[in-house]
Amino acid sequence: MDSCWCCPVQELYVDAFLHNNRLEHMVQVMSFHPDYLACFLKTQQYMLRCYGPLPYDYRHFIAIMAAARHQCSYLIGIQTNEFLLQGGDERWLKGLSHIPKKLQDLYELNKIMAHRPWLISRAHIERLTQGNDNWSIAELTHAVVLLAHFHSLASFVYGCGINAELDQSDGHSFESPGNGGGNSGKSPLSRSPHSLTGSSAHEMEGGIEVLMEKMRRLTEEAAAEEVTQEELLKRFERVETLSAELPAASKQAFSPKEDILCYVDDAEFTYQDFAKRGQPTELPTFRAQDYSWEDHGFSLANRLYPDIGTYLDDKFNTAYNLTYFTMGDNTDVDTSSFRRSIWNYIHCMFGIRHDDYDYCEVNQLLERNLKAYVKTVTCFPERVTRRDYDSFMREFKHSEKVHVNLMVLEARMQAELLYALRAINRYMT
Amino acid sequence: MHHTILEGPLNCLALNRDCSQVVVAGRNVFKIFSIEDQEFQEKVNLRVGRNINLNYSASDVAWNPIQDHLLASAATNGAVVVWDLNRVSRSKQEHVFNNVHKRFVNKVVFHVHESDMLLSGSQDGYMKLFDLRKADVSSSFHGRDGVKDIQYNPSHYFTFAAALENGNIQIWDMRNTSRWERQFTAHNGPVFSLDWHTDEKMWIATAGRDRMIKQQNRVRNTHTVQTIASVAKIKWRPQRKFHISSCSLLLDFSVNVWDIRRPYVPFASFNEHKDCVTGISWKQNNPHVFFSSSKDSTLYQHMFRDATRPANDANPVGISISVHGSVAYASSDKLNSSTTPRSNSYSRLPAVWKRTPERSEQFMMVTSLLNEFEIINSAEAVEDFCMSWFIRSAREYKLSGRSMAEVCEHNAKLADSMKRHQIAQTWRMLKLLYCGKSKKAPPSPVATAINNPKTEVTKDTDAERTEKQEVKKEEKPDTSTVGHGIKNHSDFFFGDGDVDQAVYEYDSHRNMQDGQEWSLPSEAFQPRHEIKETSQPLDPLSENTKGESPSSVNESELNSKRNEQVALSAQSGIKQEILLTPPFNSHLSPWHFTTLVRDMLQSYAEKGDVQTAVTAIIVLGDRIKPHLDELHIEQWFMSYIDLLGRFEMWTRATEIIRMSGHPAVGALNQLSTTIHTHCSQCSKPLLRSGWLCDRCNGQLNVCSVCHLPVRGLYAWCQGCSHGGHLHHIRDWLKTYQHCPTGCGHLCEYT
Repeated sequence: MDSCWCCPVQELYVDAFLHNNRLEHMVQVMSFHPDYLACFLKTQQYMLRCYGPLPYDYRHFIAIMAAARHQCSYLIGIQTNEFLLQGGDERWLKGLSHIPKKLQDLYELNKIMAHRPWLISRAHIERLTQGNDNWSIAELTHAVVLLAHFHSLASFVYGCGINAELDQSDGHSFESPGNGGGNSGKSPLSRSPHSLTGSSAHEMEGGIEVLMEKMRRLTEEAAAEEVTQEELLKRFERVETLSAELPAASKQAFSPKEDILCYVDDAEFTYQDFAKRGQPTELPTFRAQDYSWEDHGFSLANRLYPDIGTYLDDKFNTAYNLTYFTMGDNTDVDTSSFRRSIWNYIHCMFGIRHDDYDYCEVNQLLERNLKAYVKTVTCFPERVTRRDYDSFMREFKHSEKVHVNLMVLEARMQAELLYALRAINRYMT
Repeated sequence: MHHTILEGPLNCLALNRDCSQVVVAGRNVFKIFSIEDQEFQEKVNLRVGRNINLNYSASDVAWNPIQDHLLASAATNGAVVVWDLNRVSRSKQEHVFNNVHKRFVNKVVFHVHESDMLLSGSQDGYMKLFDLRKADVSSSFHGRDGVKDIQYNPSHYFTFAAALENGNIQIWDMRNTSRWERQFTAHNGPVFSLDWHTDEKMWIATAGRDRMIKQQNRVRNTHTVQTIASVAKIKWRPQRKFHISSCSLLLDFSVNVWDIRRPYVPFASFNEHKDCVTGISWKQNNPHVFFSSSKDSTLYQHMFRDATRPANDANPVGISISVHGSVAYASSDKLNSSTTPRSNSYSRLPAVWKRTPERSEQFMMVTSLLNEFEIINSAEAVEDFCMSWFIRSAREYKLSGRSMAEVCEHNAKLADSMKRHQIAQTWRMLKLLYCGKSKKAPPSPVATAINNPKTEVTKDTDAERTEKQEVKKEEKPDTSTVGHGIKNHSDFFFGDGDVDQAVYEYDSHRNMQDGQEWSLPSEAFQPRHEIKETSQPLDPLSENTKGESPSSVNESELNSKRNEQVALSAQSGIKQEILLTPPFNSHLSPWHFTTLVRDMLQSYAEKGDVQTAVTAIIVLGDRIKPHLDELHIEQWFMSYIDLLGRFEMWTRATEIIRMSGHPAVGALNQLSTTIHTHCSQCSKPLLRSGWLCDRCNGQLNVCSVCHLPVRGLYAWCQGCSHGGHLHHIRDWLKTYQHCPTGCGHLCEYT
């Protein structure tokens, strides 16, 4: 680590330790990007432990429920600890049937938000906010933010293969080196960063050289052809459908343990391609211009749950604009088009369309392995394996791979929030 | 006012030069209407052609102010489109500037005086100036962040202002493309809209996500209006110097017109739309007509006379009573003048003075009076108002610690000593009802208990009535009967208004009434007693206790219903007797008195005596709680705690919170429980944690036994100021006498 950014990292570590009473592996991995980590810690601290309409035990239990949608035992472990420290009722940990009705009601929203957020409608919000023991709109906003945060955090944890904490049950178990699959992700960061960029780098679809060339070409020929709306729409749909057909999941790959299953209801409900959603007329694509985070999402969130908008806005902006102008060993690279294509590709998987973006770029800039990886991490994080992590963009450094994962985290969170907040907005009007 | 409904949500609208036509655009709509007297007539549909692409939907549209056939629109895909209505073909698209902007375009605007100059601002941070003769970009300005709005300065040929996503406003000179002339931070968060004032040079108004509308004068921020939601668009009202119209980005669907000098209430508001308003446009030089487009797919033409005036609906009177018995009363001076009958004093004024100011000016001339009244000439009333009984009972009531019977007896005695016999009786009854059974109460106390309420009650009302009359007399020495008093009162009120009116006519800016206004302090009771009249519960129990709390001092009712009341109280006495008889006759049959107790507590609380209700609940505990509404209990507790807070009885309030046993009330004690300490070495406040100092970079409060930081209780020797974990020190002292640090001190802990 360079000494120049060592100091802020240390500061952040101190902060993280003071907040959580531990320095989680997750935080250590994020410290590749100290600017982002600072925002992340502030936001997480705010929504879990500072002012907010929900009681503390509720917050942590919602986090458990959210993490359980992706069978993320790492987050469940940490949040269970926190839950108990906040004086949570131990009986709740026996499973969903033992929790208050109010939390049970939230489960439907949790499920949909995690996998198919485009299905969230006014009716869901209405059901939660009416009747006995209902959710107030402010509480619901808080819950929605927590859900989105922990869904996408699960993506990050799997995507980077965060090791279990030492005090967790499988935190110090031995695993044979050959067995790099399954959901017991091993920290890739324990190996030397350059062991991957070996001879195999060039058998890939191109590597960084080609990517940079493509980026350069894209900016140069920007003023080229005129494209009709149909063509653009087709491109969007092509990206949407062709978005790296994932191989069918091998059933034994994830066999969630008993202690997680008790938090899961309807485990069969998983991500389904937005393009296959059935009637496109009933569920039109989400136009990013008509309900954007900066304008509408922020205003609504901040109104219902004071200050959260500012924190999230900071976090989104930092993640979206984060760049060191490097790519692999090359410096002085304008990575904006690459970053934007990843961001928009993730939004595209959730059916959010940016009018001002030519989705052709996604296919040009993102190689197949990368797309497959991003899609797995976003939609089926529990299926990510060490091999997936190694095989995309082999020339990328670890910090850059973590960067990609951060983008997944934030873009996914924003997508979920946009759908949920739009539903709340519609309910309120 | 009329409107038309279109087939999709609208994003924007624009008027042509002479305001005879309006163009509206949205994602699925792009049409031009001509403005008729009673309706909009569709003239042209611009969304025609072989392939309708995103260039046909717009996020902003502008009409050329010189050449009436030219239009420009900003498409969401980043293109800027120019339309020519004179084209013979069906499609009016003249030119499309593709790939000029990388992100979507937020705003297009024509130059005020040059028909060939078109400026666009985009999310990618660039503003491009197009020359329509060359059909090309002639210059480009980089704002460094997303551009949300641009506006040419109408009084300055080369200047335009840009609103940026980061909250800045930039003033540009078109001749200098490299850098802005001036930049200042206007808002916290994105600025969504800005508008130059048409008449006042250098006046600029901005609005943003932070829910503010600000008017800036060169660099100084002069006026700020706080709205209830993020502001999407603002527009100055023509010919009215201080008026600005605004619409919200979400949740609020009305168009508000504000007078920036009065930022708390809109001057006028138009509530026709059913979804967010996206565009406002005033008819040129006509302050009475404007158009608005909305997400609910409608285009409205509003006339100013249709507006609702929120200020007129606002409550013009406010009143509050302090804990020490003084009354504050605020009222709008409009109220006085409007209720004033047109008396002769008015007509005597010379005709010159009669000119009433314009409505918008009236809006600004609103002043209000704030008067404070104290009761001075009636010791008893003061006594009553100071609520000394409240303070004393709050201090001395026993609520726990002893058996219920003892507690009740104590509280009853206390109430007796303050001549609050009704309350005392209540406590005794509670004791009897809930503790009587076990003692197998002898008949005699029951009998007295039965007889007592009756006599007590009637006596009480009588005494109280006389007492009240006395109070009355003391307060208003000039009135003999209450009924007259009230009449006189209102007469005086109006008369006073007259004087006021005259003053007002002579000099509308000065307000001379403060000193002369009120000589009789008791006048202040007038509005309050009106309020009470409506909320007065009329069940017999509450009638009995009238007068116990000052809030039920209610002369007129007493006066009008005096006879009735006597009858009622007698009746209620009988009722109580009947109800109390069964345990007397046969104390074996169970009698469900809980509902009765509940009603009693409710009536106490509704009369304003939450103290009795709350203390009774605490004493009764689970005997009564299941029968009461959770919400009620919470409300009563909260208001009692609030009252205690006003009397600064914090400890008492905390005790009540602790004894409440109600989760929401109990949570009050959990709020703001953090105490920040200072570093013992450098005195820097420790904000992050109690055991780590950022400056000293070391751990504080290290335990002298285990050398680890102490996070909880720190045991401390006051002789040598060493110490550590409580249990470590305890263990240490079992075997040693000296300080664990080895300083040689013989530590003493008590």
